Amino acid sequence: MQPRRQKRLVAVLLVIGLLTAAVGSMLYALQQNIDLFYTPSQLVEGLGKDKIKPVVGQRLRIGGMVVEGSVKRDPDSLKVSFDLVDTGPLVTVTYEGILPDLFREGQGIVAQGTLIDATTIAATEVLAKHDEEYMPPEVAEALKGIRHVPPSQQGDVSRQNSSDNSTEGRY
Amino acid sequence: MFKWLHPYAKPETVYHLCGRWYPWLMALALLLLLLGNIWGLAFTPPDYQQGDSYRIIHIHVPSAIMSMGSYSAMAIAAFIALVWQVKVAQWSVLAIAPIGAVYTAIALITGMAWGKPMWGTWWVWDARLTSELILLFLYLGVIALSGAFSDRQTGAKAASLLAVVGVINLPIIHFSVEWWNTLHQGASITKFAKPSIDPSMLWPLLISILAFKVLMLALLCLRLRTAILLNEQHRPWVKAMAGEE
Repeated sequence: MQPRRQKRLVAVLLVIGLLTAAVGSMLYALQQNIDLFYTPSQLVEGLGKDKIKPVVGQRLRIGGMVVEGSVKRDPDSLKVSFDLVDTGPLVTVTYEGILPDLFREGQGIVAQGTLIDATTIAATEVLAKHDEEYMPPEVAEALKGIRHVPPSQQGDVSRQNSSDNSTEGRY
Repeated sequence: MFKWLHPYAKPETVYHLCGRWYPWLMALALLLLLLGNIWGLAFTPPDYQQGDSYRIIHIHVPSAIMSMGSYSAMAIAAFIALVWQVKVAQWSVLAIAPIGAVYTAIALITGMAWGKPMWGTWWVWDARLTSELILLFLYLGVIALSGAFSDRQTGAKAASLLAVVGVINLPIIHFSVEWWNTLHQGASITKFAKPSIDPSMLWPLLISILAFKVLMLALLCLRLRTAILLNEQHRPWVKAMAGEE
């Protein structure tokens, strides 16, 4: 290889190497801030090596699975409360508003709100998180034994609440 | 070692090669695009959870894959242009940038349209969405930088450097869903694991991905030919060809 080209090659590789190191260490330093949400165990047990717990009154996002049977709705308003779980402790979320179509018990949820006490969050926004699995309803029923109601056919709020993950749901 | 590559550094050879390939690539791309998208959008079964809304995956995933694929191609061309100073490689960088930018924009827009009904929001600043948006800005930066100098050569060089440097963003986009917790779900198709998408939905998706790839190559041929003519307009072979026609 010509010396001139070699010099340019080394220079370009050096630039890439240095920049990769810079970006890498930056992302490493920001690691906890890049996470979109706390998981319930992170919220209760603390985050990272230093076990930093969020303080009461802090605005944050929490993400986890809605615990089966934990959804309680106020019959007279849009108020709803449910528990979230990942591997260990439960965290309660209260919310007033319209939940996304995909919201159901057993579903992954990301809620944004204010920490009221150690394990309660008053949410201002609830988002549904779905997984990367896609399959036709028949396959899902055969594989997982669950029969989901398509969002477009979901009935009123109370029906949606009771029929999810049960076999009576119409499909 | 790379002696066999040398003819392809010559603009005239590349011009004719692209001219020969373009109609075939374009025809194949349109055929695959029609097949993959019509099959995917109209004839696949609905998803067990998302119903018909998931069908946008047949546009969202191919364009997202090709937004990163185009960037890799652009960065490799830029690397060759910087180190070996091959002119055709330099023009390829500027030929690929707008194609990749459009793919990125399609991926972002279809992603937002999918996120609203399923997640409940158009946009959230999670790692995947943000890094993909940065990819769009990188493409726009490459395009803007190449035009920011009165000397076309200097502009192309600066744009190439930005393209090479921006390659750091690609692994960040790819692994963002694994490194951090995000609202965006993980990958459905990975090289080593069994795809977590049912075969009846997977095949049209794979065809669409291939279609977007071939379309990118076809558009690259078209744009590279124009770029070669523009940059070589005073060369005898262009003049001879112009005289002929």
